[in-house]
Amino acid sequence: MRKFVLALAAPLLALGFALLVTTVILVLSGHPPLEVYRQMWDYGTQPDSLVLTVNLSTTYYLAAVAVAVGFKMNLFNIGVDGQYRLAALFAAFVGGHVALPPMLHVGVIILVAMIVGAIWAGVAAVLKNRRGVSEVISTIMLNYVATGIIAFLLAPDKFAELIEGSNNIGTKPIPPSGQIPGFDVVSGASSPIYGSIVLAAVVGIGFWWMLNRTRFGFDLRASGLSPTAATASGIDAKRMVLYVMLLSGALAGLIGIPQLLGASYTYNLDFPAGLGFTGIAIALLGRNSPIGIIFGSLLWAFLDVSRQILDLGGVSKEIVTIMQGVAVLSVVIAYELVRRYRITAQQRDVGRQLAAEAELAEATA
Amino acid sequence: MHAIVGENGAGKSTLMKTLYGMHKPDEGTIEIDGQVVTLRSPSDAIGRGVGMVHQHFQLADNFTVLENVILGDEPAGRSGVIRLGEARDRIQEIGAAYRLSVDPDALVEDIGVGDRQRVEIIKVLYRGCKTLILDEPTAVLVPQEVEQLFSALAELKSQGLTVIFISHKLDEVLSVADEITVIRGGTTVTTVLPSEVTARQLAELMVGSELPSPETRESTVTDRTLLEVQGVSLDNDAGRVVLDDISLTIHAGEVLGIAGVEGNGQAELVETVMGLQKPYAGSVHLGGEEITSWSTRSRREAGIGYIPEDRSRHGLLLEGTLWENRILGHQTEKPNAKGLLIDRKGARADTERIVAEYDVRTPGIDVIASALSGGNQQKLIVGREMSGNPRVLIAAHPTRGVDVGAQAQIWDEIRKARALGLAVLLISADLDELIGLSDTIKVLLRGRFVADADPRTVTPEQLGSAMTGAGGEGS
Repeated sequence: MRKFVLALAAPLLALGFALLVTTVILVLSGHPPLEVYRQMWDYGTQPDSLVLTVNLSTTYYLAAVAVAVGFKMNLFNIGVDGQYRLAALFAAFVGGHVALPPMLHVGVIILVAMIVGAIWAGVAAVLKNRRGVSEVISTIMLNYVATGIIAFLLAPDKFAELIEGSNNIGTKPIPPSGQIPGFDVVSGASSPIYGSIVLAAVVGIGFWWMLNRTRFGFDLRASGLSPTAATASGIDAKRMVLYVMLLSGALAGLIGIPQLLGASYTYNLDFPAGLGFTGIAIALLGRNSPIGIIFGSLLWAFLDVSRQILDLGGVSKEIVTIMQGVAVLSVVIAYELVRRYRITAQQRDVGRQLAAEAELAEATA
Repeated sequence: MHAIVGENGAGKSTLMKTLYGMHKPDEGTIEIDGQVVTLRSPSDAIGRGVGMVHQHFQLADNFTVLENVILGDEPAGRSGVIRLGEARDRIQEIGAAYRLSVDPDALVEDIGVGDRQRVEIIKVLYRGCKTLILDEPTAVLVPQEVEQLFSALAELKSQGLTVIFISHKLDEVLSVADEITVIRGGTTVTTVLPSEVTARQLAELMVGSELPSPETRESTVTDRTLLEVQGVSLDNDAGRVVLDDISLTIHAGEVLGIAGVEGNGQAELVETVMGLQKPYAGSVHLGGEEITSWSTRSRREAGIGYIPEDRSRHGLLLEGTLWENRILGHQTEKPNAKGLLIDRKGARADTERIVAEYDVRTPGIDVIASALSGGNQQKLIVGREMSGNPRVLIAAHPTRGVDVGAQAQIWDEIRKARALGLAVLLISADLDELIGLSDTIKVLLRGRFVADADPRTVTPEQLGSAMTGAGGEGS
């Protein structure tokens, strides 16, 4: 029971605190907070907004899991952003140029994306293992390199062509055989829910299963809990860095898939960027847990969608960014407090229980 | 000049840290110049004129001597500009007054160990301290440097300063100290004058002369070699040799004890056997098979059980549950794994067995490891490492920091392991334990075996002097 309460206490406290800060800022800037929240809620619960929220959170979920895999063993893959963009570009290019039967076509595109993402993340792993370069530094820098490569390749005589009727350029559109059809489940919405939501669900379940049921997952968690004990237990730290980085990069490769195979069918200049960084925030918000991240990404997406209404009412929509930032920060602090409380509480409990048992034994003796 | 001597873990460093304000005493008082004081932090202590030079130097390598000395106490005016000239003058004054010469503008990374120690001492004097605490100052020095250090300390003494120093090396203590306090098991045994005692008597006082309790009866040693280390040499990151041509053989049913003052290569020897360190020369054999190039995991799978020296850093996932800790180190073995998957049911059931068999006092196997006492954590580790039919058991300080009850149980388990025909490598700072459990004892000093001892005849005093290099053969 206490376990359950504690698990919920931290995120709820943190969100409450974020809401409080936002309210104070709204009041200070002369806006009625309740009215603003009501507007956001009304807009956010429109059918179209709901579809958008679910679709956005599908992408966010994949991004956060890609980050969380590394975070679980204190490996900070800050380069998810560059990895997914590079992966999406190559996957879009290959997808537009091959002709394959429907299922296979999608499979090939996903595979290309995962491989490209893994290779790009693997560069950081090799640098860390061979040269001792911090993965934080190398992955951040690789983001810039990725941006450069994409700018170079996304040119008319290379990967891209001019999109008719616009100044935009993009890869050759992926034919229907390589697209993932959506689900029209929300009545009154103008667009469907991404079929890739199934992909996100599979990734989430796979992540949970890997962490809790496999030897690899055990090694990963052990490396995160205590690198020294992990090494002494026979876990090869360098090999773990390589595998986890490759896995994180491969998952990062999936981030662009919902958009690519569900909406745009091409990688163009408008392809969303910065999702990797959103993923970092959501992984922190969801404490790297496959279930926590579901709530984190839904909340984040809902806020991102519902903030659109604010400009109309003259409220700066950056207010939501403040709220998101405060939420992440306070979640991190709240979890640390709860974690410490939990450890001391358990130590106390065990002590008390053993003392009681000893007394009982004495009384019966 | 007052010397504090005692075995590892006797409480010397803890006492000194208390004097330096790093720990608060639960009971008792500290008096400085006849005045009772409460020291809340090192800066409190420095304010009262008490300074400490730690065993591991606390210097910034990429700063100059001058910068290191003033670090944290920079002479600066309101403008925040450091008056380097003034600082340099004072350092030179101190150097001249106490004959502690160092170049204030040399980078710390470029100077030797002896010079670094002088910098540490100047640092303390610069802050105006009148009482100096030195934690094992000679442990890192070569003989000539030791002489220099002692003449510098004598100079300090002649100018009216008080020096307290900790040491294991009894001959040193006897030659320079004016008074010696012996500490054992956290309490003062006695305070003696060096003219009244011999090195042997001092060693006796250090280890106590109670009879060894952890006795092993008749020999179970066979002629079947299980673990063999041949000519192993290892150097550390700084390029210093920490193991020098080490060879040992342990047979089935034999306990080989390694005696030595901490930091003489025991930890490195264990790590080399476990595959956590790669020696640059020599080989390791397990049951006749060369395993020098094997990974730690393969070695564990091949039947080496490992009770690490520092259980909270190397033996346990403190925030993991007991059954997760049962898996640690045996991730690939039954009953913890089925192929590439973790067998939760098997691991949990086996954890229940260990908890019952090894008397781990816990309300359940779902509590986290850090909720247990040190003794119960250690019993869990022993139970884990004895599972899965090991052939060799490496036990590094198996009873360190555990209560008396758990200690007796762990001794029993080591005896049982020996009776079952395991080869046991036992490292311990507890000489009674070492003598009581071992079939053979080797003494490690500065990375080399310097003596062999027969546990049936050797006394803790003799071992103690062999360990400290104070002369006197083991047997």
